[in-house]
Amino acid sequence: MESTSLLERILRGVALVLVVVFFMFPILWIVLMSFQTNETILSVPPSVIFSPTLENYQALITGKLTTAAGTLDIAFMRNLGNSVFLSTASVLIALLLGVPAAYAFARHKFRGSEDIAFTLLSFRFAPPLLVLLPLSLYFQKLGLSDTYFGLIWVYQLICLPLILWIVRGYFEDISADVEYAYRIAGHSWFATFRKIALPLAGPGIAAAGLLAFIFAWNNFVFALVLASADKQPVTVGALAFVTASGIQYGQIAAAIVLSIAPVLALAIYAQRYLVEGLSLGAVKG
Amino acid sequence: MSESALQIKAVDKFYGPVDYGVHAVRNLTMDIKKGEIIALLGSSGCGKTSTLRMIAGFEPVSRGTIALKGRPVQMLAPVRRNVAMAFEGYSLYPPLTVRENMAFALKAAKLPQSVVDEKVAYIAKLLEIEDILGRYPSSISGGQQQRASLGRALIRDADLHLLDEPMGQLEPQLRAVLRGRIKHYIKERGLTAILVTHDQTEANALADRIAVMEGGVLQQFDTPQEIKERPANLFTGTFVGEPPMNIFEAALSASAETIRFLLKDGVALTYGAHEFSQEVRDTLRNRTQVVVGIRPYAVRRDDNGVKARVSVNQWLGDQTHIAADFAGATIVLVEHDRTHLQPGETIGLKLDPSSLHVFDTQTGAAISHGRALA
Repeated sequence: MESTSLLERILRGVALVLVVVFFMFPILWIVLMSFQTNETILSVPPSVIFSPTLENYQALITGKLTTAAGTLDIAFMRNLGNSVFLSTASVLIALLLGVPAAYAFARHKFRGSEDIAFTLLSFRFAPPLLVLLPLSLYFQKLGLSDTYFGLIWVYQLICLPLILWIVRGYFEDISADVEYAYRIAGHSWFATFRKIALPLAGPGIAAAGLLAFIFAWNNFVFALVLASADKQPVTVGALAFVTASGIQYGQIAAAIVLSIAPVLALAIYAQRYLVEGLSLGAVKG
Repeated sequence: MSESALQIKAVDKFYGPVDYGVHAVRNLTMDIKKGEIIALLGSSGCGKTSTLRMIAGFEPVSRGTIALKGRPVQMLAPVRRNVAMAFEGYSLYPPLTVRENMAFALKAAKLPQSVVDEKVAYIAKLLEIEDILGRYPSSISGGQQQRASLGRALIRDADLHLLDEPMGQLEPQLRAVLRGRIKHYIKERGLTAILVTHDQTEANALADRIAVMEGGVLQQFDTPQEIKERPANLFTGTFVGEPPMNIFEAALSASAETIRFLLKDGVALTYGAHEFSQEVRDTLRNRTQVVVGIRPYAVRRDDNGVKARVSVNQWLGDQTHIAADFAGATIVLVEHDRTHLQPGETIGLKLDPSSLHVFDTQTGAAISHGRALA
């Protein structure tokens, strides 16, 4: 691109900075808030100069929230653990079920295959509130409400369609002949799936898994209704900071920082796969 | 040469439900001997690739049987058939180098490394890809990928080699050289190969027998020479041969001494009855309407012959193609010398009875070739 002028480069730089500021500023602000007390946060005008405090994090980690009205127990660390466990387990199960299913849908056109695939997708656009009432009644009958098992099951509504449809697209992008070539060279169907299809779709599977993880992590309403305090993830747990004596902005900010940290770290780590996944087949080796 | 390598018996292929889906291959029966090279020739969508894929086991057979070396295989997985295939889309495995791509079938067969290296080196030399063995498929050209894919198939010691358009991406010079080498390689090892192509030159150069397909139906399965000299029907006659056969509808009138074909615009081709065998004469006497065909290189110029008006005169560097208005259509003739005919000029043509192909108007089936019955 030798033809780009200096002006063009400057404009491009300015545009990039604007975009970065637009997306990163809320996160920066939250991080700053998490090191402030409620008083400094609510001071008008807001200031970026303050004496940082760790008391928000301390409260979260010790589980003791000191407010004007007294000391309150919060289960934030437990909520965080729940989030990690629920999201990880849901994504693993969805991958285990979804990837072979995606492969089947991509490679074998059987009677009703499109209908089944579409039905699975339709779980994504049913409003969660619509299914929640019957679901909670069923879960109570079955003894599944307020169990990890039940929650992970419901989370499949989020993870499974996502993984199925994204990974299916990746499998469809791989030329079937590459697999045929491997099979005709003396390998079984299953070996071909493992050695050819899975590695070639790897970046796509990673991307789908990551997206499903983020969606599961951010889920709020299923856990709110179907789980009690000790099984709830951070999204629901954050409600605890809305206390009788006011909203604990500092703790909320610290909770947000802690709860987005794992997902953010994961996204940054997996960015390589996401980019590679998008350019699948174009450049390799 | 009597051992059967592949036997296809009454095979049908439907995409979609049997009897209701798209009927891609219709009642195909072929018998291929060990050591033969067969070309499946036809235009796009004629069923040649479907046939190949059924043999390889990538497409289920809707009806009929396929036997390799006498062993029915239509229900077997591809891995159990011992067939090698070169894919039209190359289908090299991206994370592997060209060398590894070529070797992976041999490795799966657990051949010792030294044998694998030796074979890869031999094939690479044959296909002139020695210099790219260490490269990855994404970093080499289409022609090189095609040769790597062809090498991956040829390197194997399979019962049957299926080559789907194996040389379409190669430069003409290289293609001509490789054709010779590949044929020699296949023959030397006594391999059996089926080649899918729409390139007649390739089919003629490589194949012992050519199977011409159209609309899912096998039109003719014969040696290149037979197909050229005795096309089974109008389709084969016009499809095989470059430039294509000239064909004209004709009304027949036969007497004891003469057989006369009346073409459009009052053009009459009159031949002495003795130019045709007794059987041909008897058959033609029962007909009123036929289609006559003659190959462009069999049309001669003769000032006493039937008249035609030149429309195009093209010198192609080694031969002349002349197109002329004739009997309400165009007739094409090929001459080896450069001629200086001008468009508009009238020429006389001789359509020798020994080069005349007569076809049934309705079915297109050949009635006679030259003197003899089809």
